[in-house]
Parts: sequence; structure tokens; C-alpha cells
Amino acid sequence: MRDVAIIGIGQTPVAEHWEIALRDLAVQAVQAALLDAQVERPQMLFVGNMLSAVLSGQQNLGALVADHAGLRGIEAFKVEAACASGAAAARIAYLAVAGGACEVALACGVEKMTDGGPDEATAALAGAADAEYEAEHGLSFVAINALLMQRYMHEYGYEHDDFAPFAINAHQNAAANPNAMFPRPITREQYLRARPIATPITLLDSSGIGDGAAAVVLASAEFAARLGGPLVRVAASAAATDAVALHDRREPLFLQGMSDSAQRAYAQAGITPADLDFFELHDAFTIMSALSLEACGFAPRGKGVALALDGEITRQGRLPICTLGGLKARGHPVGASGVYQIVEAVQQLRGQAGPNQLPGCRLGMAQSIGGSGANVITHILERVS
Amino acid sequence: MSIPSYWRSRQQRLALVGEVCPTCEAKLFPPRDVCPHCGGPAKTRFDFCGRGAIYSFSQVNAAPAGFEAYAPYMVALVALDEGPLLTAQLTDVDPEDVYIGMPVEMVTRQMRQEGEQGLIHYNYKFRPLLERVQG
Repeated sequence: MRDVAIIGIGQTPVAEHWEIALRDLAVQAVQAALLDAQVERPQMLFVGNMLSAVLSGQQNLGALVADHAGLRGIEAFKVEAACASGAAAARIAYLAVAGGACEVALACGVEKMTDGGPDEATAALAGAADAEYEAEHGLSFVAINALLMQRYMHEYGYEHDDFAPFAINAHQNAAANPNAMFPRPITREQYLRARPIATPITLLDSSGIGDGAAAVVLASAEFAARLGGPLVRVAASAAATDAVALHDRREPLFLQGMSDSAQRAYAQAGITPADLDFFELHDAFTIMSALSLEACGFAPRGKGVALALDGEITRQGRLPICTLGGLKARGHPVGASGVYQIVEAVQQLRGQAGPNQLPGCRLGMAQSIGGSGANVITHILERVS
Repeated sequence: MSIPSYWRSRQQRLALVGEVCPTCEAKLFPPRDVCPHCGGPAKTRFDFCGRGAIYSFSQVNAAPAGFEAYAPYMVALVALDEGPLLTAQLTDVDPEDVYIGMPVEMVTRQMRQEGEQGLIHYNYKFRPLLERVQG
């Protein structure tokens, strides 16, 4: 396997894009990424998406996006791994370049969630869970995370209020991100007053439903070196799975797939968690942030929330997370989120994160989760000087 | 859920029929053909007794499509007496009374109906364990 670099990034704002179709959202992100990379035509395109078949009645996104982006003829197809679809597309693009199948590959994550009503979107999202033995019982995806949160609070003795720092941090960081869906700080009082969706999870524990697309251009290190300019190397790309249904896991509160995925990434990059300057984690729900910090080795079991309560997850803390708003406040267009995370990590490493810039950062991790921990894809990116 | 998929899983949904692994003796629900614990083949029928305790729970206020008319409702992870966890709705209980560790038992209930002429989904739910009267 050879070295791979990210040479271009593009993204649309996450919003309710009533005037922009699924295909056009993807094209906007693709064109922005190609322009940024100064590349006209990648050899391969992988489109990460979860819900297009259900909410837009559209499949075959590889060919559709390639055609509409002016890339008709290239190899292109859709990659699906529930909410981690975008990260999965990026990983396939990485494998294609690292394995020598092509010099330049494009990964685009796109999701159009507002073409269905909120209850349709909720039902479609439950497809990330076990359709026959979780969703069939009326469990929304929120409810599945709520079962984790309730048990976590019971086992480790936390109150719901203790999760507030995750939501507050995400919204604080989104405030300066022009692509964020909820660019407004929230107060602890607002967090405490939010209405419950599936107890104990409230609206402000949850990421919102929105539309968006993000894209990255990956190239071999030799190709990237010829371009000059800032270079961001893919130090690791790793993936792991766990049981899809929560009830099929031995220890529901320890996300084994997340731990395996992170450990594989650390080994590939030759680093330990302490070497990372920031972590774009999958904060679809506040409980997922806590479980991520624990499974990835930043906190012992039951102490992920404590890390947040100690202020260590803010941009001034020991391990800044969700530095441009995360899924919670940048927004979570599910199949696109994994690519947004990588785009934002590249922004930080290039020094293009605006008011949210982490000074001198060199090593960042982005981790995307499909389902309640069933499919976990981790990328570690490094600024090469 | 389609009529064929409902029909082929009727024994699980109506009678909690699972499997036991002949190699490591793990009890499995829902049934699957390969034991997730030891990797051996698992095709031996096992009937669960239907009793367990609540491992975790949630009150669903915003329901997915198809369940809107039933919200709010209670869902839970139930630790069955024989070992495995299972996901189900709770019934015949005041949400305020539910707690982790609460003993519960399986009952058959209507889950939802797909319109006037549509399929009626029956399934297992769990209620607080009733006291048995002796004699």
C-alpha cells in the first residue's frame, strides 16, 4: 500500500435545502472539491449515501452524480454503511488509491433528508438498526440511543444534566462555521428545558435532520507532491464492525467496533490516542460522544462524561472535539456526515478553520459510526510540512 | 414489515422461539444460524420461558412512520432469564413505575395495524411480572 494524500475538499452548508435536489447538492460539493484540488477529472467516484432509495426513490447515485458533475464515463458507484456511508466512501477511495488502482479518486457524501416528512425520515433512519427485531417494535434510532443513555446513567451514576457540555461545546463551535445548520451557542438552561424525544434523550442531545453534501479528492502522495501547496496525508484508514442490534452485543455500553476501528487506525498511524491534537467524533447523540471517548481510549469506562464536565473537550481543552460544530450543530445529513468530518479535519490541519482554528495542530482523527456502533470507520490525518 | 417476513418469523414473535448452541450451550434470541459466541452451527430449537428483567428503557414521544398513533409508548431492553437481551415494547404499566431491574414477562399484543384492510402486527411485549396465586 502506498501513501495517500487529501488534495481537495468541498462542502455545501447543511440546511433544509428546499430548492436544491439530491443530485445538485452532490454536484456542488464535487465541483468545490475538484476546484480546490486543481483536478479536472478523477478516475473514480464513490458516493456515500444512506437514504436516497427510501426518501427520494433514487438509486444508482454513482452514475447519476458522475453524469451531472460532468464526469460521465468514469467508474462510479454508491457506498452504503448507514450513517457511516460517507466515511465508507472515503475509505473505498483511499483503498483504490493506496492499492494502486488509480492515481486520483473522489469521495462524495450526500444526503437529502427533507424530501420526506420528519416521521418518514425517522422511520428511514431506523433502517440503520435491525429492521426485524428493533425497528419492527417501534424503536426509532433515537430510542435505541436512549436505551444506551438510560443504562449509562444508571450504571455510572450520572444525571441527564451531566451531558450538557457535549451539546454546549458543539453549538459553541458551530457559531463560527458558515456551513453549520445551527450556528448558535446554547445555554445550559436551554439544554435543561429541551423537550424529550425518547427519554432521557431530548432535542438538544440530538443532531438535527438536514440536507448536505461534502467531498474529498484523494491522490497518491507522488501525485500530490507534484501539486505543491499544503499537504494532508492519510496516516490511517480503518474500519470494523459489531452486531447491528444493541441486544446482540455482550456489553452494550462498550462499543467494541469503535474500539477495534480506532485501535487499527492507531496501529497503522503508529500513534497513541495522546498524540492526537483533535477528534472529530460521531456526536449524533450526546451519549455517543461519551461512549466514543471511552471506546477510543481517551477516558476509562464511565468517565467519558467526566472528561466533558472537566472542560477537556473544548477548543481550549486537552482533546478538542467537534471543532466546527460536529454532527450536533454543524448538522447530520447522515450519509454525508463522515465526509464533512474529514473535510473539517483537513480545514484544521491546513490552518483554514477560521476563528475556530486550533493553533499548530498536526494530527487529527475523524470517526464515523453506522448504526448504534455497528460499522465504524476511522481516519487519522496528518499535516506534512 | 411485509407479510412473508412476518409469517416466517411468527414463532419468534408469538412464542419466543429461539435456539440453543449445541457446542457452547448459549441461548440465542432472535435465532441465527451461526452462534455469535463460539462460531459453531446453531440450529437447535429452544423455547424461552418469557420472563426477564428490564436492562434499560425509554419512553418514545416522537414515533417513526407507522407508529405515530401509538405514541407515547415505552420500549425496553429486556434481559431474559436464560441470558440474552431482547428489544421490545412494555405494556400494562405506568411509565413512572418502570425501573432498571424490574421483573417482566412476555405477553402477545397487537403492535400496529396498516390501515383498515392492512396487516395487523401481533408481537411480543413485556408487562410487569404478575404474582402467581397458589392452589
